[in-house]
Amino acid sequence: MQKSYDGKSLVVKDLNLAIGRGEFLTLLGPSGSGKTTCLMMLAGFETATHGDIFLAGRPINNIPPHKRGIGMVFQNYALFPHMTVGENLSFPLEVRKLGKAEREEKVRTALDMVKMDGFEKRRPSQLSGGQQQRVALARALVFEPDLVLMDEPLGALDKQLREHMQFEIKHLHERLGITVVYVTHDQSEALTMSDRIAVFNDGVIQQLSNPDDLYERPENAFVAQFIGENNRLTGTVEQRNGKIVSIALDDGSKSKALAVNCGGQGSRTVLSIRPERVVLGWENESNTTLGEVLELTYLGDHIRYRMKVHGNPDFVLRLPNTSEHAKLTVGETAKISWNIDDCRALDI
Amino acid sequence: MPDMAEPILAADGTPLKKKLGQALFRSRLSAFGLVVPLLAFVVVSFIVPIIALLWQGVYDKRFAVLMPNTSAALSDWSGVSEPTEEMYSALVADLVVARKEKTIGRVATRVNRELSGMRSLFTSTARKAAELEAPYKDALIAVQKTWGELETWQAMKIASRVYTPGYLLASLDFKLNADGSIVRQDENRRIHVKLFLRTLEISMVVTIACLLLGYPIAYLLASLPLRTSNLLLVLVLLPFWTSLLVRTTAWIAMLQSQGIMNDLFVAFGVTSDDDRFSLIYNKTGSLIAMTHILLPFMILPLFSVMKAIPPSYVRAAKSMGASDWTAFWRVYFPQSVAGIGAGVLLVFILAIGYYITPALVGGQDGQMISNIIDFHMRKSLNWNLAAAIGLVLLVIVLLLFWVYDRVVGIDNIKLG
Ligand SMILES: Nc1ncnc2c1ncn2[C@@H]1O[C@H](COP(=O)(O)OP(=O)(O)O)[C@@H](O)[C@H]1O
Ligand SMILES: [Mg+2]
Repeated sequence: MQKSYDGKSLVVKDLNLAIGRGEFLTLLGPSGSGKTTCLMMLAGFETATHGDIFLAGRPINNIPPHKRGIGMVFQNYALFPHMTVGENLSFPLEVRKLGKAEREEKVRTALDMVKMDGFEKRRPSQLSGGQQQRVALARALVFEPDLVLMDEPLGALDKQLREHMQFEIKHLHERLGITVVYVTHDQSEALTMSDRIAVFNDGVIQQLSNPDDLYERPENAFVAQFIGENNRLTGTVEQRNGKIVSIALDDGSKSKALAVNCGGQGSRTVLSIRPERVVLGWENESNTTLGEVLELTYLGDHIRYRMKVHGNPDFVLRLPNTSEHAKLTVGETAKISWNIDDCRALDI
Repeated sequence: MPDMAEPILAADGTPLKKKLGQALFRSRLSAFGLVVPLLAFVVVSFIVPIIALLWQGVYDKRFAVLMPNTSAALSDWSGVSEPTEEMYSALVADLVVARKEKTIGRVATRVNRELSGMRSLFTSTARKAAELEAPYKDALIAVQKTWGELETWQAMKIASRVYTPGYLLASLDFKLNADGSIVRQDENRRIHVKLFLRTLEISMVVTIACLLLGYPIAYLLASLPLRTSNLLLVLVLLPFWTSLLVRTTAWIAMLQSQGIMNDLFVAFGVTSDDDRFSLIYNKTGSLIAMTHILLPFMILPLFSVMKAIPPSYVRAAKSMGASDWTAFWRVYFPQSVAGIGAGVLLVFILAIGYYITPALVGGQDGQMISNIIDFHMRKSLNWNLAAAIGLVLLVIVLLLFWVYDRVVGIDNIKLG
């Protein structure tokens, strides 16, 4: 699918995505990358400039939003301020012409489900952010849609509440067996909740995989950089031996890496190494070097060292704060090393 | 937990509440200082004159001051018995003075309001008053037979009241009699109630027309991208850039029987050439021109309220299965009510006091109550009656305001 708002540039360039029934799929990407636009096309509020959308095998491009039967949770909840919580929840049931008794029953069940029973008579403005969030969730679920779309639903909550709600949404998804398409720009949220994550940038899906693959096996530099912390070393491919490439780094030294997404001999590449995969000492013979400690940040359970490695002053090491580990001091030069498998040669 | 009975103390031992009051006093003082100039201006140039003017609607001391002896004599008179010789002699004494002081015209005008024909009676009699001799009753009746009639004296008795409900009653088409009884005006002199009703009718029709025309426009403006809507908003405001007089005159060119609208009607065969619509110099003219002029006052508050309604509400409604109309009617419309309230109130209150437009394009049956007030202010110079009508109008507006508050709720109004 493609989408353009102004006829000049494509906001969504090449979206080709199949979502399984009962899946929790997250669209993750920086702000402005076209996530909301994708969701709006799915919900029917924006028309696709090119391409088709199928729901359960049925093309829905020409079906208006209110006939698609897709539940939706908006970023600012969009709870109707002139209705009580009960009326808000009963709204989708009323437009479906359900009887009064049935409506009340379903509203009660839905509020029970999000632990908001007893709040029927309140107005949305009399609820806290977390409570509003729950009501919005209940309202999207009360008419039992198969597919629920959520556009940064936790964006307005504080950290603790957000983490709590992440688990509740996840549990609801598991219990009800619904399909969820979830939009966020928060990578940790995406990693904790999703079955699969589609990383978005510039209107293109950069990588679509499950959370651990995404973190441990990023396929390009954008994903490696966007998900978690990442050390980058740039260089040129010298020689390619099947899955292993030899790299001449820009400071003149040599290194070996896993060929993931790099060209042949002579092409530029960036090596990606996770900070927690770098170890002290030279036990791994393949990639050993020295690093000068520039900065030390105490983070409680672990310590974060910023070092100058191969000419890169932003090389980060993350060491557990245990008694076995010797503590480094600023200015000290330490022996460090990493495994070839943990060093991925990606596009630049 | 602090003991509720004991006031909480600040660090220096003074009660916290007092301390807070002191701290706030300075900021309140400077805030008050900022509004003092405007407050003084409003009081001096707006509130005081209005009260002074409205006061004249119930207070008229002219006769009592200029004819002191007559007034004293009249206050003892029942209003139905035969006037006594003392009353006549007091009258002659006052007339002599009034003639000398050149105040007789004002006295004559005042009494003439209660009974026509009194003006010439007073001025002509005053000229001869100095030569009259006792008994004054016969002398006066000899000058003009009218002096012997009860009606004449009753008119003077009414005029001699300083605080008088007479003007208020007149503005509601009632009449005060000398014995204090209140009766309705003669059938052919009842004009005010009819005008009040017409004013309310025109105001309501104009308000409803503005709402019906303005709501879709405001809705369109609010749903367009900001750049386009700003441009269109300028078009909405364009009429404000030309003077009210010019706009009203433009309507004359549009609506008169040889005007553009009628030419178009004839051209499209809506009517025949010798049977053109009379769209102006009648109520239709007032309605059309006022609706046009007041439309922006409806659109602006509606627009600013609608602009603040997030599009996600309607989207949420649709995602839950509501059709376009249901989403609009159940979700969007209730949230635009605040704007409707503001717009309706604004247009109605502006309309109820409108007078230039009806004066120019209203003809006979398009006149409103303000035109009568204007007439009494500038032509008949009966300021007291003008003030009384104004007072009644004010009371009507306040009454409607109260009803509005009861029905819609004044705090439901939002201007943006
Ligand atoms: N209604 C619209 N009209 C024009 N451009 C839009 C509209 N909505 C979004 N865009 C543009 O499309 C791009 C993607 O926006 P969006 O889908 O909201 O991104 P995200 O949700 O990932 O932050 C942005 O550059 C934004 O400016
Ligand atoms: Mg977005």
